[in-house]
Amino acid sequence: MSKIKRRDFLKVTAGVAASGALGAGTGLFAPDAFAQYKVTPEKGAKLRVLRWKRFVQGDEDVWAANTKKFTAMTGIDVRVDAEGWEDVRPKAAVAANVGSGPDIIISTMEDAHQYPEKLLDVTDVANYLGKKYGGWYPAAEAYGTHGKNKWVAIMMGAAGNAIVYRDSHVKAAGFDAVPKDLAGFLKLCQALKAKGTPAGFALGNATGDSSWTHWLVWAHGGKLVDAKNNVVINSPETVAALEYAKQLYETFVPGTLSWLDPNNNKAFLDGQISLTANGISVYYAAKTSPDPKLQEMTKDIQHANFPIGLDGKQRELVLVFPMMIFKYTKFPNAAKEYLRFMMEREQYVPWQEASIGYVCHPLAGYESSPFWTADPKVTPYRDCMKIMTPNGFAGDMGYASAAATADFIIPNMVAEAGSGSKTPKEAAERAQKRAERYYKV
Amino acid sequence: MPTPHTALTRALDNRNVLAALFLLPAAVLLLLFLTYPLGLGTWLGFTDTKIGRDGVFIGLDNYEYLWGDAVAQLALFNTLFYTFVASVIKFVLGLWLALLLNKHLPFKALLRAVVLLPFIVPTALSAIAFWWIYDSQFSIISWSLMRMGVINTYIDFLGEPWLARFSTIAANIWRGVPFVAICLLAGLQTISPSYYEAASLDGASDWQKFRYVTLPLLTPIIAVVMTFSVLFTFTDFQLIYVLTRGGPLNSTHLMATLSFQRAISGGSLGEGAALATAMVPFLLAAIMFSYFGLQRRAWQQGGTDK
Repeated sequence: MSKIKRRDFLKVTAGVAASGALGAGTGLFAPDAFAQYKVTPEKGAKLRVLRWKRFVQGDEDVWAANTKKFTAMTGIDVRVDAEGWEDVRPKAAVAANVGSGPDIIISTMEDAHQYPEKLLDVTDVANYLGKKYGGWYPAAEAYGTHGKNKWVAIMMGAAGNAIVYRDSHVKAAGFDAVPKDLAGFLKLCQALKAKGTPAGFALGNATGDSSWTHWLVWAHGGKLVDAKNNVVINSPETVAALEYAKQLYETFVPGTLSWLDPNNNKAFLDGQISLTANGISVYYAAKTSPDPKLQEMTKDIQHANFPIGLDGKQRELVLVFPMMIFKYTKFPNAAKEYLRFMMEREQYVPWQEASIGYVCHPLAGYESSPFWTADPKVTPYRDCMKIMTPNGFAGDMGYASAAATADFIIPNMVAEAGSGSKTPKEAAERAQKRAERYYKV
Repeated sequence: MPTPHTALTRALDNRNVLAALFLLPAAVLLLLFLTYPLGLGTWLGFTDTKIGRDGVFIGLDNYEYLWGDAVAQLALFNTLFYTFVASVIKFVLGLWLALLLNKHLPFKALLRAVVLLPFIVPTALSAIAFWWIYDSQFSIISWSLMRMGVINTYIDFLGEPWLARFSTIAANIWRGVPFVAICLLAGLQTISPSYYEAASLDGASDWQKFRYVTLPLLTPIIAVVMTFSVLFTFTDFQLIYVLTRGGPLNSTHLMATLSFQRAISGGSLGEGAALATAMVPFLLAAIMFSYFGLQRRAWQQGGTDK
């Protein structure tokens, strides 16, 4: 077993030396860094992995194939269970609480910050991967580290989120592309509405697809908490954002208040809306569909990043996936090896490709993967983690940020003000009160 | 000195020991799976426990917060409204259906089986069907009405707060009516036909037969059925979770769904437990009402109510 391991190790090292030109300086300390990282999996190790159930088939297939490859190379048996992504989170919390369960859980958002003391220190793996692949994006570091430079989770990546639109409809409305500024974006949505090809964004209690409401608030300078975790959502900036939301809501297709995660996908693929925010799954569904109508639509689908905020910064919220090893595992080294293996270029990029970039990489070195530019339509998803802002912005992540996000405070506020059921001022006040509860120490 | 063998036999001869022995399995089951979780839930409601982290006792803090929390207040209102409207309609429809099915109809057995269908289909599945029926873009109802020229925009079943409340109530009624109907039907069949014959001889009208024979004799069953129906409706979770997740604007959040959202998705186990515990007094009140209000009426024993 160890012979195979060493050979594999050498192969990897050689591969990196060859591609040393990738990131500035990687070539310099690379061999040294790799020499430092070496763990030997425990004898007879067996791993149980719990992950979220795939959104696109390619993800599941190649993840399984990579796992099989890992087993073939190391002899470590790995069982991967998948469950609906919203169910993984409570399970992970329970596993942390009772101290038994899967060795590795691939969950969502700031889970690693909720019980960092229950998680295995994976700083060595993180440093190794970071050095080898051009460094972690700031958001990946924010979600993966707890305390200074201590990594408690390896980021698998994030389910990108971007504007999905019908190119021909945007052109018919008099725009070449989705405007980069907020005012222009509103004008586009108004023009789309006038043409009878409206936009639609989820405003129900949609766990994933309501994240655009965070962008809306951040883009106008509003934020839930300041850097010291004081709740500051009731601010003139938020009210401005909500005034904007009101105007934007008027351009939506009817029914968005009831929309949960799948609604905008369905409405878009049926041609009822021409612009929405979503992962790449809409495009993937159209592209892989045998239906000629959808094949035709595939050509017309385009993607764009969200408009830039008033402060000139791009701030978007996407769904990140931390891979956590729990301290109770009997095989910490084997688990670390598994994570390292899955994140290596040989496995990671084909897996990413199979899901046409559904999961955006957390490592800068993977930006240059050719498939991101081979089909220009997927390019906007490439930078999702690069421009991502953590959901705890501008404060820390932990129980409070997780609870505030799970309670839909921001989406509810935007829905209340947007639909006119509350004035922007009232909606902001209500959000302030709700958030203060969670941020109370 | 008695041998162990005889001691055992003697003990088993003792009625009290034997009774305790027979009760033991049931008692263990109840304690383990009912009393313990209930007690733990109540206790958690007085702590600030988070998922994955133990909490400390904080007294009534959770309840104080929930009392002033706009979303919790709304959930309480929604729950009471949902339970009241759905239960009343379920009762009326259920009784009506039971009376119909009690008549001699062709294909009686088949009809009775069909009526049970909505109750047999798992809630989560029927909820998904309703989700499509109410969809803001693909609703079959909206589509049909559009085709018939009755409306010109799709009905926003789950997007408008009051409409969403009534839509979820309709789905709950659809699911709950069979239970009420079948139970009441069973009750109707226990009423001896001789009462009706006697009433006919006295010249009672159909309404009088219903009012003075059927209803009084059915009341004990009604009390039990409606207690269950109210309890099920009050604690409904699946339907709302699939249809709306409590939206739009939290207008369909029930206490059960909000409790789940706060406790499991949000991680605030203590607060969620407090919300769940806050449901208990309402449920107890419903049980008390049916017990003292409906089951102990003197007129059932031939007396008059004071």
